[in-house]
Amino acid sequence: MKEEIIIAGFGGQGVLSMGKILAYSGIMQDQEVSWMPSYGPEMRGGTANVTVILSDNRISSPILNTYDTAIILNQQSLDKFESTVKPGGVLLYDPNGITTPPSRKDINIYKIEGAEEAAKMGNPKTFNMIILGAFLKIKPIVKNENVEKGLEKSLPVRYHKLIPLNLEAIKKGQEVVQEIQTV
Amino acid sequence: MVVLQAESEVAAANMLYGGAACGKKVMTSSSSPGVSLKMEAISYIAGAELPALVVNVVRGGPGLGTIQPAQSDYFQATKGGGHGDYHSIVLAPNSVQEMADFVELGFDLAFKYKNPSMILSDGMIGQMMEKVELKDFKPRLTEQEIIEKYGDWATTGKTADRERNVTTSLELQSELQEQFNIKLQKKYRELEANEVRFETAFVDDAEYLFVAYGSSSRICMKAVEIAREKGIKVGLLRPITLYPFPKKELNQLADQVKGMLSVEMSAGQMVEDVMLSVESKVPVEHFGRFGGIIPSPDEIVKALEEKIIKG
Repeated sequence: MKEEIIIAGFGGQGVLSMGKILAYSGIMQDQEVSWMPSYGPEMRGGTANVTVILSDNRISSPILNTYDTAIILNQQSLDKFESTVKPGGVLLYDPNGITTPPSRKDINIYKIEGAEEAAKMGNPKTFNMIILGAFLKIKPIVKNENVEKGLEKSLPVRYHKLIPLNLEAIKKGQEVVQEIQTV
Repeated sequence: MVVLQAESEVAAANMLYGGAACGKKVMTSSSSPGVSLKMEAISYIAGAELPALVVNVVRGGPGLGTIQPAQSDYFQATKGGGHGDYHSIVLAPNSVQEMADFVELGFDLAFKYKNPSMILSDGMIGQMMEKVELKDFKPRLTEQEIIEKYGDWATTGKTADRERNVTTSLELQSELQEQFNIKLQKKYRELEANEVRFETAFVDDAEYLFVAYGSSSRICMKAVEIAREKGIKVGLLRPITLYPFPKKELNQLADQVKGMLSVEMSAGQMVEDVMLSVESKVPVEHFGRFGGIIPSPDEIVKALEEKIIKG
C-alpha cells in the first residue's frame, strides 16, 4: 500500500493538522509516513498545503509531482493541483468558495460540504475533521481505531477532551460526502 | 543537559569554544546567516583542536535570502568556512531519523579527531515530519572516561602529576605554525582514509548516475524510480559525509557509467567535488533549483535526459 496525498487550502483551515493526524494514524498501524508542509511566511490567510505519504515501504521523496488523492479547500488550490491528480485518482473538494468546479474527466471527483456541516455542528473548527472523514470514507487507508490513536498522539493532552467531538466530525464527514463522478 | 539562549550567534559560538575547551559535549545550531556569524569561532575551535558540533539548517541566500530550503552553504561547510587551512567534518542527513542519529555520530567523530563536526541539513528536512526511532539513552561520560577514551587535553584543572593544558589557536613563530598546519593536514588525510560514508542505490547496472545529498537525494531516489520506468538505467550515489568526500567511489563509478548529474539546491557547488573525483573520465553536469525552490522528480529526470543522455 502506498497513498500519496496533497491537502491544500488557506492557512488557518487546519490543513497541516489534518495531515498530521493522518500521518500519526499511519504510524499507529506501523506504516512509513512523511509529512511535508509548504506555506508562505504569512501563514494565516495565505495558502498552505501539505504532502502526506503513507506507505508499507520506505518512502523516497517527500516532495511529489503527482498524487493519488488531492484534498482541495479553496479555488487557488484547485487551480494549482487539479492537474496533478494521477489518472484514476481522487479529487475531494469543499465547494464553499469554489467558483470554477473541477472539470477533469479521468479522475474520481467527490464533494464535501465541510464548512456548512461544521457550522451545523456548531463548531467551525471541526471543519478539517469532517473533510478527513470524507477522505477516509473514499479511501479507508487507516482504521478508525488508529485515527483515534493518531488524534491522541497529535493533540496536546489539554485538548484530549475534544477527541470525541473530532471523532463525531469524522463520522459526519463519512456520512455526507457526495460522489460527483467515478471513472 | 544545559540549553542556553545566547545573546547573539557570535556569543553562542564562542560559548561553544569555551565549553569544548573544558571537555564538555557542546553543540549549537542555526540557519545559514546565523552560521556565517559563527564561522570565526568555528575556525578557532579547529585551530585549538577541540570537539564541537554545529548544525546548519540551510536556507536560501546570499544575505538574508529566503527562509525556504536550499543547499547553497556546501562550499562554506566543506571548505572550511572560517579563515585558515581547516576542515569541519560534514555530515548530510536525508531524513529526520538521520537528523537524530547524526548528533551522536557527529559528537563521536568530533571527539575522536578533536575537530568541529557539522550537520548540514536544509529547510526541507527541517520542516518535515516522519517516523523516528530514538536510541536508548546513554549516560554522559565522566571527565575520567573522557581522558581514558580521548586523551587528557581539556582544561579541567591542573593536577600535580601533569603539565598544564593550554587551549589556544595562536602561534606567532611561523616554523611552529607550519608544523601545526602539517599536523592538521595529517589529521584530514586520516579522515579521508577512514571516515568516508556514502550510500548507493541501483548502481549495479547503472549507465548514468545521480550524485545528491540531503533532501535532494530523497527527490533523486524518486527520479530514479521514474527514470527506470522509462527504461533509463540510472543509479544514485549519496554522500553521507560531504567532508571527507567519497572521491574514490565516484572515481570507480566513472569507469562504469556514461555520465553523472550532480543534483543540488544550489547553483552548483558539490558538482566541483564530483568533477575533481571523476578526473574527466565521463561528463559531469549540474542541475539545481535555488532561492528556496525544491526541484521536482520529473524536472530531475528531464535534466538527466537533456544534459547527460542527449548531451
